[in-house]
Amino acid sequence: MAIAENGTCTCCDAPTEEDLLERLKAFLEDYKNTPGALIPVLQITQNLFGYLPESALKLIAERLDKSFSEVAGVVGFYSFFSTEPRGKHLVRVCLGTACYVRGGKDVLDALKGSLKVEVGRTTEDRNFTLDVGRCFGACGLAPVIMIDDNVHQGVKPTQVASILEQYREGGAK
Amino acid sequence: MTQATLTTKVALKINGVTVEADMGMTILQAAATAGIRIPTMCYLENVSCIGACRVCLCEVEGARNLVAACSTPAVPNMKVKTNSRRVREARKTVVELLLSEHAGDCPTCDRNADCELQALARELGIHENRYEGERTHKSLDLSTPAVLRDSGKCIKCRRCVSVCAETQGVGALFPQGRGFDTVIGPAFARELSTVPCVQCGQCAAVCPVGAITEQSHIERVWDALDDPNVHVVVQTAPAIRAALGECFGCEPGTLVTGKMVAALRRLGFDGVFDTNFTADLTILEEGTELLTRLKKALVDKEDVALPMFTSCSPGWIKFAEYYHPDMLPNLSTCKSPQQMFGTLAKTYYAKKLDKTAQEIFCVSVMPCTAKKFECQRPEMFDSGAQDVDAVLTTRELGRMIQEAGIDFMGLPDEEMDAPMGMSTGAADIFANTGGVMEAALRTAYEIITGRQLPMEKLHIAPIMGLEGIKEAAVTIEGAVPAWSFLEGVTVKVAVSHGLTNANKLMELIKSGERSYHFIEVMTCTGGCIGGGGQPRFCTDEVRKARISAIYREDEGKSLRKSHDNPAVKQLYEDFLGQPLGEKSHHLLHTRYTPRVRV
Ligand code: SF4
Ligand code: SF4
Ligand code: SF4
Ligand code: FES
Repeated sequence: MAIAENGTCTCCDAPTEEDLLERLKAFLEDYKNTPGALIPVLQITQNLFGYLPESALKLIAERLDKSFSEVAGVVGFYSFFSTEPRGKHLVRVCLGTACYVRGGKDVLDALKGSLKVEVGRTTEDRNFTLDVGRCFGACGLAPVIMIDDNVHQGVKPTQVASILEQYREGGAK
Repeated sequence: MTQATLTTKVALKINGVTVEADMGMTILQAAATAGIRIPTMCYLENVSCIGACRVCLCEVEGARNLVAACSTPAVPNMKVKTNSRRVREARKTVVELLLSEHAGDCPTCDRNADCELQALARELGIHENRYEGERTHKSLDLSTPAVLRDSGKCIKCRRCVSVCAETQGVGALFPQGRGFDTVIGPAFARELSTVPCVQCGQCAAVCPVGAITEQSHIERVWDALDDPNVHVVVQTAPAIRAALGECFGCEPGTLVTGKMVAALRRLGFDGVFDTNFTADLTILEEGTELLTRLKKALVDKEDVALPMFTSCSPGWIKFAEYYHPDMLPNLSTCKSPQQMFGTLAKTYYAKKLDKTAQEIFCVSVMPCTAKKFECQRPEMFDSGAQDVDAVLTTRELGRMIQEAGIDFMGLPDEEMDAPMGMSTGAADIFANTGGVMEAALRTAYEIITGRQLPMEKLHIAPIMGLEGIKEAAVTIEGAVPAWSFLEGVTVKVAVSHGLTNANKLMELIKSGERSYHFIEVMTCTGGCIGGGGQPRFCTDEVRKARISAIYREDEGKSLRKSHDNPAVKQLYEDFLGQPLGEKSHHLLHTRYTPRVRV
């Protein structure tokens, strides 16, 4: 069986959000009357969906008899929880000292413009998630961006669009 | 020197003085029994102690660090200093840091001169800003009709979180995010309207600063008073008269009914009336509704919704709509006294003056913020206009009286206007937990048996006081022929206040563990006297003082049963016909809407 990175099986169609919510409901039955269940349930949910969609959080609040504000508060407190879907590709811009002084910030701005998202966010088509990092160990050729496991060095803001193009559907990987 | 002989007592020294505290008391409580004040900020009576703010720091001999008095138990032979230089410096630093983050402008703040942060700064002798920190940002949440939030002024004490979750069972507010960016607010720091807040205002009542307040209607009311083309009437809820004095320095529990009436006249209201009038009316409508339901159940063997719940408290209504939609048929269909008053002011009273509903502006003064929500519900336009146009909290009325430069304490006592200012003692006690039930039973018992309720001073002792859930049973003996089916029946009633208690009661009923005929639910602890719009700060001691003031008001009246109110009798004769009649049905009763919780 082929398992893709985000945990979904690739030998059949990816499950829809509704399918996943049904699966979550089954889990929630087991945790209903368990004290301290919220954090483990959130972890299961994040593994199931790849992130914590609002529909799932509402279902959790309802089934565990917690207020939505409490559930949201717990999600926001722990950095390992994310309410943002992960895009197919993770784009990270280095803002370490070397990259920063050599225009890393301009590259980041170009990426924001090109993807039309803020840092930490995922594009509408769920293709890219934009993030920043500090030093990928390639300072000699700053500024550096990393897309998935590929390092792109000496990036100029004008090149950003064509680099992204390689990762779009049908583009060369 | 005495040694604690019984294990239930703990002897410790506070500031060199021996203090006998009860076992299990915290340093804070032990100090209080000896009349020693320790300043606090996050501490709140009746909810779990989180010990977060460190304002209550004290020095304990032998302990390396200062301890939080609110969350440290008093133990035998402990030596505590509550006011050493080290303690004072530490507390000062804590409050200075709070001030350094605080984005507030005292002169224009709703809490100016009534702010715990201001008071602490003064008490601790803070005269300069020693720290310059990043400040929170002003961020107004105007999304709900009753409650206004400004998280810029929030000092993250979490009192609102505790009261909303623990006392009210709602949990609308919770810390969102982490570190400096934490916002105490609804899910994902969105607007309050996105979560099932019942608008009770208990968060506003406990907030030490200006971060949660009511949506003010003061300007609306000034505008109406200044408009020569509208006839402005005011109604005052029963709970106001036992608390308004606190805005002018009176001790809690001071009755100021006459001065309140005088002040309202001087503010320029054209008719000064009483919500008590429609409280009496509520008893007749709701009592008849209960007896009708009982008859259907016991005689006609029809399937009717019992137990019946009272419907005067709009926070409770909204709560039931969110959390117990299956029980909505059990709620009395009676509008609250505020809304009955509004409808009648714009129909019955308007007709007497030969005016239209639009020419009357109806203001109510309420101990409650949820009344601001209630008055704009789409069901509350039965007169052909919005039945109640503006709702002032007790605090807002106090402020208007000050703005008008009225010397409240120097006012004479005056009487309410007729006819809608007439009321009985039964209406007064609507302000207290257990009061609506007592008023209802005073009337129902007399209707059924033709005799007065056989209780001392007409009070039903088991349902008085601050116990969260209270019960009583009254066995009917000697029913008159019309109600003979109730002969020998034991009418079982229950009373709860604070919505968590309503939830508990609901569970007891749903599980079949308990069964009742009639249940009174009030949203706020202590009932309306502890409402979210009352003068701050409300502790159990304050609640008790207000409660006994209200019983005094009741006992001082010559008429103490709603069905004896002559103005209400007149209203039925001239206008309504009979309780639950066609006109009542249209004007005084309402319906409820299930709401989605998440
Ligand atoms: S909350 Fe208190 S300290 Fe802050 S601005 Fe208002 S009055 Fe001043
Ligand atoms: S108004 Fe009542 S329900 Fe709403 S947030 Fe405040 S305490 Fe909670
Ligand atoms: S809003 Fe008020 S009560 Fe709530 S945490 Fe902030 S300061 Fe405390
Ligand atoms: S009052 Fe004791 S820690 Fe806040």
